[in-house]
Parts: sequence; C-alpha cells; structure tokens
Amino acid sequence: MAVKEKAGRGAPPAKQRGMTLHQRNTLVGLSFITPNFVGFFLLNLIPIVFAFWLSFNRWDGYNPMEFAGLDNFKYIFAHNVFQQAVVKTLIFTGCSVVITMILSLGLAVLINQSLKGIGIFRTAIFFPHVASVVAVAAVWQMLFQKDMGLINEILRHLGVTDVPGWFASTKWALFGVIIVNIWKSMGYYMIIYLAALQDVPTSLVEAGMIDGANAWQRFWHIKWPLLRNATFFVVMMLTINSFKSFDLIFALTEGGPGTATTLLSQYIYNQSFVSWDYGRASAAAMVLFAIVAVITLVQFRVEKKLDT
Amino acid sequence: MTNKMPVWKKVILYVVLIFICAVTLLPLVWMLSASLKFDKDVFRIPIEWIPSNPAWSNYQRIWEQVPFLRFTFNTFKITLITTIIQVFTCSFAAYGFAKCKFRGRNALFLIYVATIAVPWQVYMLPQYSMMNAVHMLDTHAVLILLHSFDAFGVFLLRQFCVGIPDELLEAARIDGLSEYGVYRKIVLPQMGPSIATLVIFTFVNNWNDFMGPMIYLNSTEKKTIQLGIRMFVGQYSTEYGLIMAASVVSLIPVVIVFLAFQKQFVQGIATSGLKG
Repeated sequence: MAVKEKAGRGAPPAKQRGMTLHQRNTLVGLSFITPNFVGFFLLNLIPIVFAFWLSFNRWDGYNPMEFAGLDNFKYIFAHNVFQQAVVKTLIFTGCSVVITMILSLGLAVLINQSLKGIGIFRTAIFFPHVASVVAVAAVWQMLFQKDMGLINEILRHLGVTDVPGWFASTKWALFGVIIVNIWKSMGYYMIIYLAALQDVPTSLVEAGMIDGANAWQRFWHIKWPLLRNATFFVVMMLTINSFKSFDLIFALTEGGPGTATTLLSQYIYNQSFVSWDYGRASAAAMVLFAIVAVITLVQFRVEKKLDT
Repeated sequence: MTNKMPVWKKVILYVVLIFICAVTLLPLVWMLSASLKFDKDVFRIPIEWIPSNPAWSNYQRIWEQVPFLRFTFNTFKITLITTIIQVFTCSFAAYGFAKCKFRGRNALFLIYVATIAVPWQVYMLPQYSMMNAVHMLDTHAVLILLHSFDAFGVFLLRQFCVGIPDELLEAARIDGLSEYGVYRKIVLPQMGPSIATLVIFTFVNNWNDFMGPMIYLNSTEKKTIQLGIRMFVGQYSTEYGLIMAASVVSLIPVVIVFLAFQKQFVQGIATSGLKG
C-alpha cells in the first residue's frame, strides 16, 4: 500500500521512477480501490468460493473435512423438505413478482400527478419498505391472529364463516407471508416506476392529448412502451429479491408451522444453524445461487438485445 | 396538468389515494394504537383506535424489562463505525472505478456488481465459520466488518461519480493536482449528496438488521435493537401492548431519518436502479 501511494503522489514524477504512464495509472487506480477491496475480498469473495468448495465436502465445522463428491447434492435433491422448499419458493416468487409489479405500476401512475399533498401519499406507501421486519412481523402476526385478529374480523364482517388460520395453518401461512411481503416491497418498486414515469417527455403526452387520446390510451400507447426498461428492471429485481427473501419470513413464521413456509433460504439456514451440516447447507446454497445467477444472466442478455 | 384536471376527477383521485394509504398504513396505525392499550383490550372489538384510557405505562415498562437502552446504544455504535468506514473506502473505490483508467478495471467492477446479486444465504455459513476460526463470534466487530464492505456502497457512489464531468478533473490535473488531490478537492465535495444517500441507507440497514445480530450475537449486553424487540416477542408473547410499544420505539429513529431525508432515498433508489 505505502509504496503504491508514494508512486501516485505528486503529479509529474512518473518517468523519473522508470514507470510508463500506463503503469502509473494502474497503480494509482488500484490504490484507490485497495482499501475497500481488501475487505470485500476477505469477507465476500473468499466465503463465496469457500461455499462452493464446502458443497462437495462433508463437514460439521469441527471435525476434519471429508471430500464427499456429489453426495450433498444427491441428499438434498432426494430430501422432500428441500423439494417442497423449491416448489414453495417458486410459488412465493411467482405471486410476489406478478402482484407487486402490477400494484407498484398502478400506484406510480396514480401518484404521478401534480396534486397538492401528493408527497404525503408517496411517503405513506413507501414507508413500509424502510420499517424494520421485526416490528412489522410482530404487528402482522397480531393482525393475522385466527380468532381475534383484525383481518379475520373484517372477513367475518364480509360474510366469510370459515376464516383462514393464516400463520397457524399449514395451508394459509404461505399466503399470509406473500401478502406481508407485497405490502412491504410495493412502495420501493413504485418509486422506481415513478422515476421512469417522470422521464416520459411531457410533450409526447400532450401531443397524445391534442390527438384526443383518453387517459388509458395515453398510458398504453405512449407511456407503457417507454416504461419497458423500468419494467424489465422491476421484474428482475423482484424475482431475485423474492428468491433471496429471508428475514421477513423468518420473523413472521420461522419457516413454520411445520415446514409450511420453509423456502430455500430458510432451508439453508436450518441446515446451517440447526443441523450444523455445512456440506448440505452449501449444496442448497449453490442451488439458490445457480437459480439467481441464471436469472441475472438472462437479464443482461435480454437488456442488451433490447438496447441494440 | 393541474389546471386541466376537472374538480370531480381530483376528488375521485384523492378518495382513491386516501383509501390506498389507509390500507397501507393500517398495520402501523394499529401498532401505535395497541401500544397504548392494556393486553386485555388489544383485541377488543369494536376497535378503539384512540384508547380512552391510554396505557402509557407500556412505554415505561419496556425500558425496565429488557436492557433496551443498552441495545439502542449498541446499535448506534455499530451504525456509526460502519458508516465512517463505508464512506471512506466506498468513495475512494468509487473514484477509482469511475475516473481512473487502468487495465482490469471493468473486470474488477463486474465482480463487485456480480456479488450484489449473490444471495447472502449462499456465503452466510462460510463467513460464520471464518469468523469462528478467528474467534470473533459474539463481537460487534463482526457486524461492523460485514456491513462495511458491502458492494452496494461502491456501486451506488460509482454511479454518481460517473456523472462528474471529466473536463473538470482534467482542468484540475493540468493545474498540478495529483489524483489524490483531485479526489479530495474536486470529487469528494461533489459527491456530497450521494454520500448523504449512502449514509442514510447504511443507517436504515444497520438499524433494521436482524439476521446478522441474530446469528452472531449471544450475550445479552451485546445485542442490538431488533433482537431487543424479538426478545419481547419470545419472552412476553402475550403482552401485546408491550411488544407493540417496543416496536413503535424501534421505528421512531427510522421515521425521523426517513421523513427528513426522503429526497435522498428516492434519488438513491432511482439512481442505483435505472442508470445501472
């Protein structure tokens, strides 16, 4: 480090030290990146590589590691809890992506008006996103209470006699979790859509108005095509974030009742910190990694195609 | 646009918006209301939104039953140190990635961006066993380290940094400033708003972090605010009023920061999102 900094300090001496301008630039550039990179390398990159290695080994974190080949993968693929976790993760992701995307777009269109006090509404809808999952989970648990909770009280008022048990029922817990997840994240994606809507040139919209297009036509024919990039980004982020989602579900149900809300991330956690099986946990982690990596690659591919 | 909108349309729009916000805020309003109730009244129907006999004692009891003050202090400490390290190393790296030209720069940056997409669960366990190997479990230092080198900070600041015109830097270089001088005298002052955004994000993330402390912290005196509320949920599971009071208290700093710096939030999301 010290040597590198010396090389960079003082503008002209590049040639005096026998370095080409190119080498000097490289050293200066690296010296800027190094402080962060050291931490990033040790705390993020090495663990990721380590996880990959662990997935082919048998280890409990204490006794000597043993090479296991594909045993961990064979085990988890045959494990019915893992299989269900994959299916549930797909259901969770599918519902979350579709509903959140539609809601956040709708909200952004509603909020994108020059009305007095519109900022208050934006704040209100966005706030759940920054609220702590623990606090939010505590209140939703009470709202979703089977016998006394507000939500079932409302359902009974609407004439539903056989109210769902939500987090106490293996059938309904996953849907409860999806509802809370949508509530918490829609404000964030609304902001992304809002930023994109505000980039739509007003001249285009006004031209549409002069041509007599109604609000729906103006949206569908003028704004929606221009929102393509934003939609792409929203859908991909939603997909990745849904696959990753962990702490909210953990705070709400800890994966239960039974394994009703044990998604992939919860499965990894259980294998890690409940069973202390580093190999199987890492094998499951690799599956999650592979899914997210494929989605991200598709995102880059399609985005490139759309841009050209 | 405002003038062209007929009054009836405005009214409908307001009604719709008020309804949506009411639904969105309902859980939080219910939380606030329940935090001022005695346990037996929390679930009473019809709901008394503003309790006629508010149980202010809830807000007193939370400080007595769990070392909440200690937790708050711990959380602030972790947040503060993380923020300092992050602002320093991220702005440095952001300048390197945005404005220094050298071979391998783009590849290196790609690695950074790629790790943002890697779910934390993938390397959570290796991280843990590494920290275990260096005997750092149950320390605040672990949480500080984990949060300080998050690739997101570098990414966010770099996106802002790219927007600073090259001519400005070139002029400064001709005037004899070294790259470090350019960074300190020209770029850093310009990055003000983006650093503010990063600080706010860091604050909220640290304050709300739940899984990190849950995995790493054992001793009660080291725990953070989120674990504090979690303790209420676990130990006093039927003391609904208390749990809600603790939840309200834990939300207050975020509410204040959020309301004060909303612009930075919105800007940060829009920048990291669309121009990425």
